[in-house]
Order: sequence, then structure tokens, then C-alpha cells
Amino acid sequence: MSNSRRLLLLTALAFVAPLGFATETAVDNYKTYCVQCHGLQGNGNGINIRDMSVQPRDHTDAKAMSGRSDDQLFKVIKEGGPSIDKSVLMPRWGGVLSDDEIRDMVRYLRTLCKCQFGS
Amino acid sequence: MTGRIFLVSVFAAVLWPSLVLADAGSAILSKDCVGCHNLKGPAPQTLKELWERQGPDLFYAGNKYRQTWIVEWLQKPQRIRPAGEFYGQHIQSGAGGKDVIDTSTLKPHMALSKEEATSVAAELEKLRPHDDLIAKEKVSVAPISKQMGEMVFDKFQGCLACHTIEANYGGLSGPELYTAGRRLQPEYIASYIRNPQAWDPKSWMPNKHVSDANIQKLVNYIEVLSTESRNVK
Ligand code: HEC
Ligand code: HEC
Ligand code: HEC
Repeated sequence: MSNSRRLLLLTALAFVAPLGFATETAVDNYKTYCVQCHGLQGNGNGINIRDMSVQPRDHTDAKAMSGRSDDQLFKVIKEGGPSIDKSVLMPRWGGVLSDDEIRDMVRYLRTLCKCQFGS
Repeated sequence: MTGRIFLVSVFAAVLWPSLVLADAGSAILSKDCVGCHNLKGPAPQTLKELWERQGPDLFYAGNKYRQTWIVEWLQKPQRIRPAGEFYGQHIQSGAGGKDVIDTSTLKPHMALSKEEATSVAAELEKLRPHDDLIAKEKVSVAPISKQMGEMVFDKFQGCLACHTIEANYGGLSGPELYTAGRRLQPEYIASYIRNPQAWDPKSWMPNKHVSDANIQKLVNYIEVLSTESRNVK
């Protein structure tokens, strides 16, 4: 690697590093944080649901999921159920996922329901 | 000269047992435990590292556990996390698309003799990199009724989704909490509820932004649960 190349790389790294923790893919974040309640298939059947008074949303349910705009999905993931008058059993993930990761997550949810807002 | 020798041997006689004990503890840890437990830190920084975790991190054991509990548990280990560690490695889709825990992948924990357990616990007690987080917590003992505690735990905060509060009641992705009062130091309980990510950046317990007053209630509730489960046993 030439010196100027190396310098370029270092400069690039300097811009990336301050963003803090590594960005993870939506699939991996879903597996880690959402599957415990929403299930391996995203159908709302995670290992935690037996004694939950409100059941997790079935993310493959196109009818229910198309009733939510991307902004609403973003909000409920970042700020939790109560932010859209839903159950406190849906936690807020703001401290765990970055805004970029939440935006990726919304796109991923759209692939699970194979739906868009209003469709 | 003879006086010196005498002094040295007195010293040795007094110090020797504790030195041997500690040495035995660290020898066991580095031989039998490092394969599954992180004893040096830091906690996983990426999800890949998190998924590879074979057992809970022990590098802050001195900030976390009650030493007497470690000695007891290591002689007679019993399951604490219904879905093991990392939970994602121990679940599968079952009948009707409902997830189930694959218990065949959950192995019993190795047991130690009383002497081994005592020396290991003494060694773990020294691991205290998070004294700073512990020092921030002030837990005051205030009795709370089981009903009131459960109200906060379940209805207001939604903790029941991931934790059991009695055998077979509650969520399964987090450790059982009806024994946590015996297992954990109260300041650790408070600190982990306040900010799980301060201890474990990739933890799948979210920060619930619990108020100070409710943290106190929850810590006292968890204590109540553990005295009760002790009486039952
Ligand atoms: C502790 C269990 C739990 C976890 C973990 C969890 N959820 Fe939820 N989620 C729920 C429950 C319960 C509901 C239903 C809330 C209601 O209907 O009042 C829900 C609802 C939702 C909804 C639908 C909101 C609506 O009404 O339109 C979305 C979207 C969602 N969750 C996304 C996620 C994502 C993304 C994750 C992972 C980052 C996640 N959830 C993790 C329990 C959980
Ligand atoms: C094969 C992997 C494995 C080995 C080897 C192992 N452990 Fe563990 N350990 C685990 C798992 C998994 C758990 C969690 C058990 C549970 O939640 O039910 C655990 C839990 C513990 C706990 C309780 C911690 C907590 O927060 O629940 C202690 C203490 C402990 N181990 C100490 C040791 C010591 C000391 C050794 C060596 C003598 C050791 N372990 C060897 C896998 C292992
Ligand atoms: C989405 C699931 C989830 C929710 C909701 C949740 N927890 Fe946790 N909790 C966890 C996980 C996962 C751990 C750590 C697991 C580990 O270290 O192996 C944990 C750890 C703990 C611990 C430490 C236990 C131990 O043995 O290390 C306490 C205490 C605790 N949680 C209390 C609470 C309280 C109180 C609430 C409600 C405010 C709550 N949790 C909500 C998943 C959850």
C-alpha cells in the first residue's frame, strides 16, 4: 500500500470511528432482540409469550402491518409500545439500536409482512 | 538471625493457607472455566461475539454475586436461565410455528467440591472492574407487598415478559428472578435495571428507563421473592 493510500484509509477510519459501536444488520438485530418475543419466524410466537397479557404483533400479518406508516414503526421500535398507545410489553430499543439500525429494521419488517403502508 | 527465621516462618504459617487457597482458585478458573466464561473482559462488542458466549461473563463477578451463593451453587448447580446462554442458540420452531426451547442442547453445569468452590469464589470476589457503577447505587430496604411489587414488575414495567417470578411463571429469555435476591448484590440489581448496557453493551434486556423510586421498589420486590422461594424449598 502506498503512503498516500494509507493516509486516505486512516482519514476514512477517523470519520467512521466516532460513530461509536459497530452497525449490525437488521437480520442479526432481529435475531438477537426481537425473536425472544416475536419468534424465529416473526409470527409473534417467541419463547416468552406464554404468560404475556398482550401478545406480540405477528410481523408477517400484512393486514395489521400495512396499517402502520414507516414513521409509526420507527417510533414504536425506538420509544416502545406506550409511545403509540400500545402495551408496555413492547420495549423501547432506543438505547440499544441506533437510528440507522432502526430505519434498517423498518425496511426489514416490510419484507417480513411483504407489505407497505396502506397497501 | 534465628529471630528472623522465626518471624518468617510465623508469617508463612499465617499467610500460606490463604495463598494456597487463592492459587488453587485461579488454577481451577484458568483450567476448567475459561472455555465458557469470560474472566478478563471486555463484554461482547458485536452480536457475533455475543452469540458465541457459552456462559455468563464472570469478569465482574466481585461486583455482581453474593460470595456465599457462589460457594453453594458451584457445589450443586441448578439452571438459572431457562433458555441457556446465548438463548438464540437453544431455541427452535416447534409445532404450529411456536418457538420452543431445545432442552437437548442445555447441558448440566460442572460441580465442584466445597474446597474448590470456596477457593474459586474467593478468587472471583476479587474481580471488581465496575466498582464505579456499584458506588452510584444506594439501595434502601423498605418492605413491599408481593402484590404491589408484582404490579410494578408486570403491569407498569413489563419485566414479566422475559423473567420468571416463580418456577414456571413468566418469560424465558432472561434469568429467573425469584432466586436473584440470594444470588446477586442489591446494588448490582439496581444498577443492571437502571442501565443493562453499562454492564453488557449488547444485552438483550432493554433499558426500560425505570425511575429511581421504581428501581427501589423492584429491588425490594426481588428480595421479597427470594425469601419466599427459600421458605418453600
Ligand atoms: C418483551 C417482548 C418484546 C420484544 C423483545 C419485542 N417486542 Fe415488539 N411487541 C411486543 C408486544 C407485546 C407487542 C404488541 C403491543 C400491543 O399490541 O399493544 C409488540 C408490537 C410490536 C410492533 C407493532 C406495533 C403496532 O401496534 O403496530 C412492532 C413493529 C414491534 N413490536 C417491533 C419490534 C421489534 C423490531 C423488536 C426488536 C427490536 C421488538 N418488537 C421486540 C413485545 C416485544
Ligand atoms: C461448558 C461451559 C461451561 C463451563 C466449562 C463452566 N461453565 Fe459456568 N456456566 C455455564 C453456563 C451456560 C451458565 C449459565 C447457567 C444457567 O443460567 O442456568 C454458567 C453459570 C455459572 C455461574 C452462575 C453465574 C450466573 O450469573 O448465573 C457461575 C458462578 C459459574 N458458571 C462458574 C463456573 C466455574 C467456576 C467454572 C469452572 C470450574 C465454570 N463455571 C465452568 C457454562 C459453563
Ligand atoms: C426483553 C427481555 C427483558 C426484559 C423486558 C427485562 N429483562 Fe431483565 N434481563 C434480561 C436479560 C437477557 C438479562 C441478562 C442475561 C444474562 O446476563 O445472561 C437480564 C438480567 C436482569 C437482572 C440480573 C439477573 C441476573 O441473574 O444476572 C435483573 C435483576 C433484571 N434483569 C431485572 C429486570 C427488571 C426489573 C425488568 C423490568 C424493568 C427487566 N429485567 C426487564 C431480559 C429482560
